[in-house]
Amino acid sequence: MLSIRNLHAGIEEKKILKGINLDIKPGEVHAIMGPNGSGKSTLASVLAGRADYEVLDGSVDFDGKDLLELSPEARAGEGLFLAFQYPVEIPGLSTTNFIKTAVNEVRKYRGQESLDAVAFLRLMKEKMAMMEIDQSLLSRPLNEGFSGGEKKRNEIFQMAMLEPKLAILDETDSGLDIDAIRIVANGVNKLRSKDNAVLLVTHYQRLLDYIVPDFVHVLYNGRIVKSGTKELALELEERGYDFIKSVVDAVEEA
Amino acid sequence: MNEGLSTIEQTVLSDYKYGFVTHIEADEAPKGLSEDIVRFISAKKNEPQWMLEWRLKAYRYWLTLKEPNWANVKYPAINYQDIIYYSAPKQKVKLNSMDEVDPELRRTFEKLGISLDEQKRLSGVAVDAVIDSVSIATTFKEQLAEQGIIFCSMSEAVQDHPELVKKYIGSVVPMTDNYFAALNSAVFSDGSFCYIPKGVRCPMELSTYFRINAENTGQFERTLIVAEEGSYVSYLEGCTAPMRDENQLHAAVVELIAMDKAEIKYSTVQNWYPGDKEGNGGIYNFVTKRGICQGVGSKISWTQVETGSAITWKYPSVILKGDNSVGEFYSVAVTNNHQQADTGTKMQHIGKNTRSRIVSKGISAGFSNNSYRGLVHMGKKATNARNFSQCDSLLLGDKCGAHTFPYIEVKNSTSVAEHEATTSKIGEDQIFYCNQRGIDTETAVALIINGFAKEVMNQLPMEFAVEAQKLLAISLEGSVG
Ligand SMILES: Nc1ncnc2c1ncn2[C@@H]1O[C@H](COP(=O)(O)OP(=O)(O)O)[C@@H](O)[C@H]1O
Ligand SMILES: [Mg+2]
Repeated sequence: MLSIRNLHAGIEEKKILKGINLDIKPGEVHAIMGPNGSGKSTLASVLAGRADYEVLDGSVDFDGKDLLELSPEARAGEGLFLAFQYPVEIPGLSTTNFIKTAVNEVRKYRGQESLDAVAFLRLMKEKMAMMEIDQSLLSRPLNEGFSGGEKKRNEIFQMAMLEPKLAILDETDSGLDIDAIRIVANGVNKLRSKDNAVLLVTHYQRLLDYIVPDFVHVLYNGRIVKSGTKELALELEERGYDFIKSVVDAVEEA
Repeated sequence: MNEGLSTIEQTVLSDYKYGFVTHIEADEAPKGLSEDIVRFISAKKNEPQWMLEWRLKAYRYWLTLKEPNWANVKYPAINYQDIIYYSAPKQKVKLNSMDEVDPELRRTFEKLGISLDEQKRLSGVAVDAVIDSVSIATTFKEQLAEQGIIFCSMSEAVQDHPELVKKYIGSVVPMTDNYFAALNSAVFSDGSFCYIPKGVRCPMELSTYFRINAENTGQFERTLIVAEEGSYVSYLEGCTAPMRDENQLHAAVVELIAMDKAEIKYSTVQNWYPGDKEGNGGIYNFVTKRGICQGVGSKISWTQVETGSAITWKYPSVILKGDNSVGEFYSVAVTNNHQQADTGTKMQHIGKNTRSRIVSKGISAGFSNNSYRGLVHMGKKATNARNFSQCDSLLLGDKCGAHTFPYIEVKNSTSVAEHEATTSKIGEDQIFYCNQRGIDTETAVALIINGFAKEVMNQLPMEFAVEAQKLLAISLEGSVG
């Protein structure tokens, strides 16, 4: 589904990603872990097409399409979703209206008819139940005055509404208490199928107790320095990132 | 697809979709302004002597004045001798029914989305349509008359209700008020007249559409609304014009009078031709709008969505004379390309316990300039008067400007005026967030500005809110990304 080859990217003069290789197949859950500043959010942003980041080298194939050639909205139309680490606020714009526009724009991209008010409401009710989210939150302006947890749950709700092929969750667990993590994780698990995939970006292994990954990758200083199964996450938890840092830095110095 | 948005997408493809010219024969005055022209207009309208005298007095006063230059707008000098002051589509003088409206005219109004017949009757909006200088048709007249409501063109009112016109015209905006008000008083061509009798709640929206069609004409309409004790009326005006290379002048006067416990809600969706991307052509919109809360507990509320005109100079105001009266001003002003707007309001608190609320949302894009100018005056006797003003500006890009000029004068120690102002930019991160959800940049901007302007849009009657949302999006087309 997603195939990243030798991806280099940076911002202004600064190189951040220094040769990423990653393959994700339908049905899989991948976790990317790594210390702060290692480039996790940059990778997510580059995949989603944020214009500030410059791709310096490499390629990304998404279901047979050259992802890097597509506009951000076309990537969304193709089924790529990013749950933002810091969701933005749009004052005055009702969350429901925003989601309805998003759903119908994506449907338009896919050549599907747009949902009328009744069909949209039905879909929303169904997903609200699934995500355990309250109607009152969705009538408020988009993310305006939402708590950290509410913002994150709103991201996952939008993911449920848009039913992406590949969902990238950027630290969706940070700032959530354990109950909220459980709700978010439940939501993600309900959406999993053999046709879609999830890329979880996280700092802690805590989330991986609830969303069990097939593969875990450690990102450090713009490179994937270690890949393994979920045991790798446990090992990291036990030994800390310093262990990775010392190993990698030793290799680089040599 | 969200209904509002699908239409935006269609409409952004056409630049100014109201820019067509209707080819109808017109009955025009010769170019230029003189006493003879004033007499010509008055004669055309078959006016009584007192009306002519009034016009001539205004004309003579106007001759003594200089054009004001304090507003934050720039434009080349207007040659007042190069304007046609009267242009009427040629058709039968008096219409007996709607079916007699010239079919070409009727098609014009249909293009504007205003149907003068059954369709509109069903939607329950009474429409008065003014093209160039003359009111073409007023719908729903009989139905309104049953409740004693008068809704007709100003010309008809002068003929049929001279005592009312004589009593109220110029009572809120005297002919000596300012340069453009004096000019309007001399040459006003038509406009709407509404009279709501005591205790009557007007059962439908009253609406006027103004359109400038003929070349080199100015439009000088005059609207007068009188709401007697305990009555209520909601009135809406919409405006369009064809695209022309030259600038056209529009100088209207609107007067509102609210007696005890009466309420007048006046909404404007102003979409005059703004000129092209280089700043050529467009309407100069110099308007004087003022209401007086004459009675105790009366209320006047102005809501405006201003997207058009090359230059806007406009300050709808309220004189809060009656104790416990309420004045409101809700405004969204959008400027793009080379448009200039200097707009705001004046709240003049005279009575006790008077309240006013000002919500102004300015959106600037391109090379445009958008100024808010407001005056809140609390007089000596305005015990416990309150004002709250909120002025927010949103900038798209870095070549446009937003300016706020709030003036507050408090002469009574128990009265309080509060002012808040913010300026923000549409953020790249907001646009990217929308993009990531499949929403293109154009639509994202439309969503963001409609969110920004929501408090004002919510004040508009339902049918017009949708239209206004589309207009906001259209007028900002191509301004981001
Ligand atoms: N907009 C930016 N401008 C400058 N530097 C940036 C920007 N975004 C990220 N960086 C830098 O890139 C590196 C990686 O950041 P990021 O991808 O956010 O890491 P992570 O998500 O793993 O914490 C950091 O050193 C960070 O300071
Ligand atoms: Mg991050």
